[in-house]
Amino acid sequence: MKNWGFKIAKPRIIDLDTANTKAFEELCEKVPSAKRCIMCGACTATCSAANHTSFNFRKCNIMFRRGQFEGLAEELDKCMLCGKCKLVCPRAVNTRAFIYNMRIFLNDLNYKNIK
Amino acid sequence: MNYSHFILPFSIGAIILFVIIIVKFTKWFRLLDRKQKYFIKRNIFTTKTISATIEAFREALIHRNIYKKNPLLGYMHMSLAFGWFLLIVVGKIEASVYSGTFFEEPWLAIFFKYFAREPHNFWGAKFFTFTMDFLLLIILSGLALAIIKRFRSKILGLKKATKHIIYDKIALSALWLIFPLRLLAESSTAALVQNGGFLTGGLGSLFPQQFAQAIELPLWWAYSISLFVFFVSLPFSRYMHIPTEVALIFLRKWGATEGEQYSGLTNFEINSCSRCGICIDACQLNFSANINNVQSVYFIRDTRYNKISDLVANNCLLCGRCTEACPVGLELTQIRQQLRTKTEVPGKHYYDYCKVEPTKNKTDVIYFAGCMTHLTPSIILAMKNIFSAANEKVWFMDEEKGICCGRPRRQQGFVQQSKDLVSKNTKLISSSGAKLLVSSCPICCKSFKEEYALDIEIMHHSEYIKMLIDEKRIKLNKSELNIVFHDPCELGRGLNIYKQPRQVLSKVGKLVNTEFDEKDSLCCGGSLANTIIELDSQLKIRDDVLQILAKDNPDVLATACPLCKKTFTRNYKGKVMDIAEIVSNFLSLQNNSKKEGKKEEEKILISQ
Ligand code: SF4
Ligand code: SF4
Ligand code: SF4
Ligand code: SF4
Repeated sequence: MKNWGFKIAKPRIIDLDTANTKAFEELCEKVPSAKRCIMCGACTATCSAANHTSFNFRKCNIMFRRGQFEGLAEELDKCMLCGKCKLVCPRAVNTRAFIYNMRIFLNDLNYKNIK
Repeated sequence: MNYSHFILPFSIGAIILFVIIIVKFTKWFRLLDRKQKYFIKRNIFTTKTISATIEAFREALIHRNIYKKNPLLGYMHMSLAFGWFLLIVVGKIEASVYSGTFFEEPWLAIFFKYFAREPHNFWGAKFFTFTMDFLLLIILSGLALAIIKRFRSKILGLKKATKHIIYDKIALSALWLIFPLRLLAESSTAALVQNGGFLTGGLGSLFPQQFAQAIELPLWWAYSISLFVFFVSLPFSRYMHIPTEVALIFLRKWGATEGEQYSGLTNFEINSCSRCGICIDACQLNFSANINNVQSVYFIRDTRYNKISDLVANNCLLCGRCTEACPVGLELTQIRQQLRTKTEVPGKHYYDYCKVEPTKNKTDVIYFAGCMTHLTPSIILAMKNIFSAANEKVWFMDEEKGICCGRPRRQQGFVQQSKDLVSKNTKLISSSGAKLLVSSCPICCKSFKEEYALDIEIMHHSEYIKMLIDEKRIKLNKSELNIVFHDPCELGRGLNIYKQPRQVLSKVGKLVNTEFDEKDSLCCGGSLANTIIELDSQLKIRDDVLQILAKDNPDVLATACPLCKKTFTRNYKGKVMDIAEIVSNFLSLQNNSKKEGKKEEEKILISQ
C-alpha cells in the first residue's frame, strides 16, 4: 500500500464508567500531597530523565488518575528519583513518593522485606 | 542433695532460655551472607577473638558507651548487668567453696542462703556474705533508678522513654521483682538461721520469727518463679539484647559488616537493640516535627516482630544522627535501606535511553555538579571561577545531559536501578581517563566513593578547594566576616569530612561555633531520603535548625551542599552561601590586588 505519511490513531476514548479511578484515591492515602498537583509542568521542565528522553511525569500523573495504565510502568521506570522535580514543584507535591508508589501499584515491583 | 521443689521453675526456665537462644543464633548464623561468613572464618582464630572478649566485657557488662553519653544511665545499666553478673560469679564461687567441689548442683548458687542453713564458717564465708549483700545492694540501687526512669525519664536525662510492648512489660515486671524478692527471701532465711550479711541479716532481724517461718518458703518460690518468667520471656522481649549484643560484638570484631541486603547479621543487629531510647532524643523528627513512631527504636522493634510497614521504614531522613548516638553502634541507616529494598527483575535494564558515548574530553579532572547543584547555578558558577583561577583544565561531565549518580534510587531501595545508573556513569568517567573527580554534591560524593568501583580520586569541592589552597594554586583574601558552618549530613556523618570545609572557611573569615557542630550537626530537613514527611514537618525541622545556627547572627551561613543551601535560603533573612561561592568571592586575583577592606567585601557579597 502507498504510504501517504498519515496514520490512523488508536481511539483515545476514556470511558469514565469503567476507568479505574480508585487507584488514584488509594495512592493519595500514601501520598496525600498528590492531590495538590495543578499540572503546571514545572517538574517536567526540570526533569533529569526528560533531558534524555520523552519521559513526562505530569503526563504519567494524568494517565494514572484516569486509570490509563497501559505502558505506564515502563514509562515510570525511566525516572531516576533524583528529586529535582520535588524541589521545583510550587505545590510541594511529594513527586518521588508519587512516582514509586504508582510504580509499585502497577505490577511486578514491590518491597522485598516488607509484607 | 540440696534440693527443694522451688528450684524447678528456675531450672526449667533456664533450660528453655538456652534452647531458644541456641536455636535463634543458629538460624541467624546460617542466614549470614557469603562475605560475612568468609570474614568470620578468616578471623575466628586470631587475636581478634581476644579483643572481642574484652570489648564484650566492656560494653555488655560495664556499658562504657552509655556511661560516656549519660553517666547516670550508664550506672543504671552497669549496676544491673555487671552487678548481676558478679552476683552469679561470686555466688558460684561461694557455692563451690562451701560444698568443696566445683560440680555442686547448678542451682545451689542461686538459692544458696536457703540451703546453706548452718552458721557460715567455711573459708572466706565472711567475705562472701558481705560481698553478696553488697552486690545485691548495688543492683537494687540500679533497679531504683530504672523504676524512676520508667515514670520520670527526665531525671535520667532522657526526654522520652521508649513505649513498650507486652513481652517487654512481662519481662520487665519479672526483672523488677527478682531482686527485691531475693532480698526478702534471703532476709527471711537469715531471720531464722542467722546466715545473713549487713543487708539481708539487717533486714531479717526486723522480721518476727513466726512471720519469717511463714513467709520463707513462699518467698523462695516467688523468687524462683520470677526468674522463670524472666527467662522464658527474655527471648521475645527487648532483653534478648543481652545475649545477642555479646554475639554481635564477636561477629563485628571478626569483620562482618552490614551489606546491601537483609542478612543474618541484620537479625543479630535488630535483636541487639536494648530499646534504651537514646535514638529517640537524637531524632529531629521527634524533637522538631513531633513525629513519634518512626524513630530507629520503633523501626527496629517493628522489623524484629515482622510488623514493619513501609510508612515507618520510609519516614526517616537517613541523617545518621541516631546511628551516631546509638550506644550499641547499630548500623541503623543501613538497616533502614535494607528494609526499603525492592524486588529485582533479573537482566532488566532501565536507563538504556541514556546514550553513553565515550567522551572526547581527555582531562585530568572531572567536575560532576550533581542534579541538585543544577538547581543552585551560583554554585556551578563559583566552581567554574575557582577552576579557572587555579588554571585547572576540567571536563564538566554533567553540564548538558547529566545522569543521576544513583544514590537516590538506592536510598529508596531500588538497588537494581541504582546499579544501572552507576554503570552508565562509570563508563563515562573511565572513558575520560581522568585522575580526579570533583563533585559539589555530598550525596553524589558518597555515592562515587562507596558505590562506584572507580580507581580515581573522588573529592567533594570543599576537599578540592582545601587542596588548591595547600598547593598555593589559589590565594584567598582574609576578611572579618563571621561565618557559621552547617555540616551537611552526607558530608559529615556520611563521609567524615568535617575539617576541610572549616579549614577553608577560616582562611576567609572567622568561624563561629554552634551548639550542634560536626558529629552532632543537625539535618536541614530537606533530605531526599524521606518520602513520607509532609511539607509542614519539613519546615519545622528547617526552622528549628536555622534558629540554632543563626543564634549569634553570623554574617554568612555557610554550607557545602546544594540541598541544604536551597532548603535554608527559602526562610533565612541573612546570607546562605555554599563554601564554593564564598571562596569564589574572596579569590585574590594576582593582577587585581585592590580588593581590600570590609566595604568591598560586603559589596561583593550583596551583589551575589
Ligand atoms: S511541578 Fe508540582 S504542581 Fe506542577 S505539575 Fe509537577 S507535581 Fe504538579
Ligand atoms: S525525580 Fe524523576 S521525575 Fe523527578 S526530576 Fe528526577 S528523574 Fe525527573
Ligand atoms: S537503636 Fe540504639 S539507641 Fe536506639 S534504642 Fe536501640 S540501642 Fe538504643
Ligand atoms: S536517621 Fe535521622 S531521621 Fe532517621 S531515625 Fe535516625 S535520627 Fe531520625
